[in-house]
Amino acid sequence: MKILKLIFKNAFRHKLRTLLTILGITIAIIAFGLLRTVVTIWDSSVDATMANRLITRQAISFIFPLPVSYQEKIKSIDGVSNVTFATWFQGVYKDKNNFFARIAVDVETFFDVYPEFLIDAQQLENFKKQRNSCVIGADIAEQYKLKIGDPMTLEGDIYPGRWDFVIAGIYKGKNKNTDETQMIFHWNYINERMKVESPIRANEVGWYIVQIKDPNKSAIISEQIDALFRNSSAETKTETEKAFAQNFVASSGAIISAMNVMSFAIIGIIMLVVANTMIMSARERTREYAILKTLGFSAKHLFVLILGESLLISFIGGSIGISLIFPIVQGFEQAMPKGIFPFFFVEPITIFWAIVSIIFVGFISAVFPIQKALSTRIVDGFRFVG
Amino acid sequence: MNSIIKVKNVFKSYWRNSIEIPVLNDLSLEVEEGEFLALMGPSGSGKTTLLNLIAGIDRPTKGEIIVADTDISKLNESSLAKWRADHVGFVFQFYNLIPVLTAYENVELPLLLTKLSKAERKKHVETALSIVGLADRLNHYPKQLSGGQEQRVAIARAIVTDPTILVADEPTGDLDKKSASEILTLMDRLNKEFKKTIVMVTHDPHAAEKASRKLHLEKGELVGV
Ligand SMILES: Nc1ncnc2c1ncn2[C@@H]1O[C@H](COP(=O)(O)OP(=O)(O)OP(=O)(O)O)[C@@H](O)[C@H]1O
Ligand SMILES: [Mg+2]
Repeated sequence: MKILKLIFKNAFRHKLRTLLTILGITIAIIAFGLLRTVVTIWDSSVDATMANRLITRQAISFIFPLPVSYQEKIKSIDGVSNVTFATWFQGVYKDKNNFFARIAVDVETFFDVYPEFLIDAQQLENFKKQRNSCVIGADIAEQYKLKIGDPMTLEGDIYPGRWDFVIAGIYKGKNKNTDETQMIFHWNYINERMKVESPIRANEVGWYIVQIKDPNKSAIISEQIDALFRNSSAETKTETEKAFAQNFVASSGAIISAMNVMSFAIIGIIMLVVANTMIMSARERTREYAILKTLGFSAKHLFVLILGESLLISFIGGSIGISLIFPIVQGFEQAMPKGIFPFFFVEPITIFWAIVSIIFVGFISAVFPIQKALSTRIVDGFRFVG
Repeated sequence: MNSIIKVKNVFKSYWRNSIEIPVLNDLSLEVEEGEFLALMGPSGSGKTTLLNLIAGIDRPTKGEIIVADTDISKLNESSLAKWRADHVGFVFQFYNLIPVLTAYENVELPLLLTKLSKAERKKHVETALSIVGLADRLNHYPKQLSGGQEQRVAIARAIVTDPTILVADEPTGDLDKKSASEILTLMDRLNKEFKKTIVMVTHDPHAAEKASRKLHLEKGELVGV
């Protein structure tokens, strides 16, 4: 028999109590993992932005369009290497609940400005050639079982009517946090029809994406772009893609902060639960600790005995929790409509924090029982009546 | 004969709510090697207190306690723990076995503090349990044993390290007549056959009969026999 065996036997002395505590830790770690996953996704969708891209939008609001003629003007500014534009099309694909971004773009430049969207050269070529074709992200292709050559029909809302597309290509993300849930098609295709059906809305784009040579010059170039259109009928506001992304999700920012705090509050709560279990156990064993001390077991031994038990319980609950995070996050990803979160996966940092939390819980929960066991004198331990 | 236990002018008080409760008053006592001493006296007279001091699980307020040439009142906490492991075997009224450990594991417990190998420990544990007549109950848990059997496991645990002295605080206090007499026979055997020095606290005059010497403690002082 070794100390380890005694630790094990102690931990499972009250099986129900220990199992409930372990279950509590498991649930807490899963909740922690889920919350952290959402938080890190939000952080990394901001991180996924490129420092060398600026977004130019209508100064008053993102929802107002800009003239397509700005493209050439912006391109003429020193330090700008490329300019593309996009328009939010929205529309409905089959069902209102199918969320994913549907945007009309300048096909000639779009993929140059977004090098993280990886597309086969031949597919891109075909896309550029065929006016009513589209490119979709790999996630969308997978979810709706679409392949190249398949038709895709959108019911327009912002741009009313029925819009028929053919899939010319499927792009993949270069990084794990690249959005693979977009549907991209020709701005020209939309614009040609607007010229006929609603001429006042023709030749308008949603926003410009400006690629610059030196990210350090983003402030100056932004200012130059906005100066160009000052006092025109459509003034602009230019900012880095990162700042833009942060604004765009600003409202969810508060929720994310709350989740951030919550994820650690959960760890705090579970720490109280485990500490409570440990304090109860140690209290019941006051006499046994006195026996062990009488037999010559030292402070070090009791320390190992109590800490070991606390860590054992934390580790069992924690490992079950961590091993369940992956399937549960995956389940969430499948259950959620595509496009709410462009990507959803467990970051290694989340697992790292989960492990740190488990160790922390194990240590902190042992502090009071250890302090109590060591400070109780043997004679008082024997006279103790639970 | 040389005295293995020397208690010299010992005072012991407990403090309760900053009021001093004197328990032992200038108490002196010598126990010779191989002796079987019975400590008797009314409840609250300080028997347990004296036994605890001799066994090194409590410290005197004043005075010296020398056991096997060591002044244990001067040892620090960890050396005292080590000293107890090496020199003292304990038997308590309520057996004080660890409930989650089997008879075998309970007896093995003090040996975990030694350098003995697993095989050597096994030999010692089996010998100790056979001396107390429980060689066939190795894998029983305390709650699967009778009170008398539990106390015999406790005695096996007390002797497994071959301690210098054996202290017993009312070892038969919680047992029926028959079990009590078995335990006393065992104690007697340990004293006569294995030459163990034993200090036993008891209320029971029958139990005291087995001892080679009887002392009475009254209000913290020894009174003549
Ligand atoms: N740890 C302690 N803290 C405070 N007072 C104590 C402590 N231990 C003993 N006492 C007090 O010291 C006195 C002597 O106690 P002790 O246990 O030595 O008596 P005893 O002779 O063993 O009695 P009994 O026969 O009932 O076991 C009692 O008044 C008791 O209340
Ligand atoms: Mg007593």
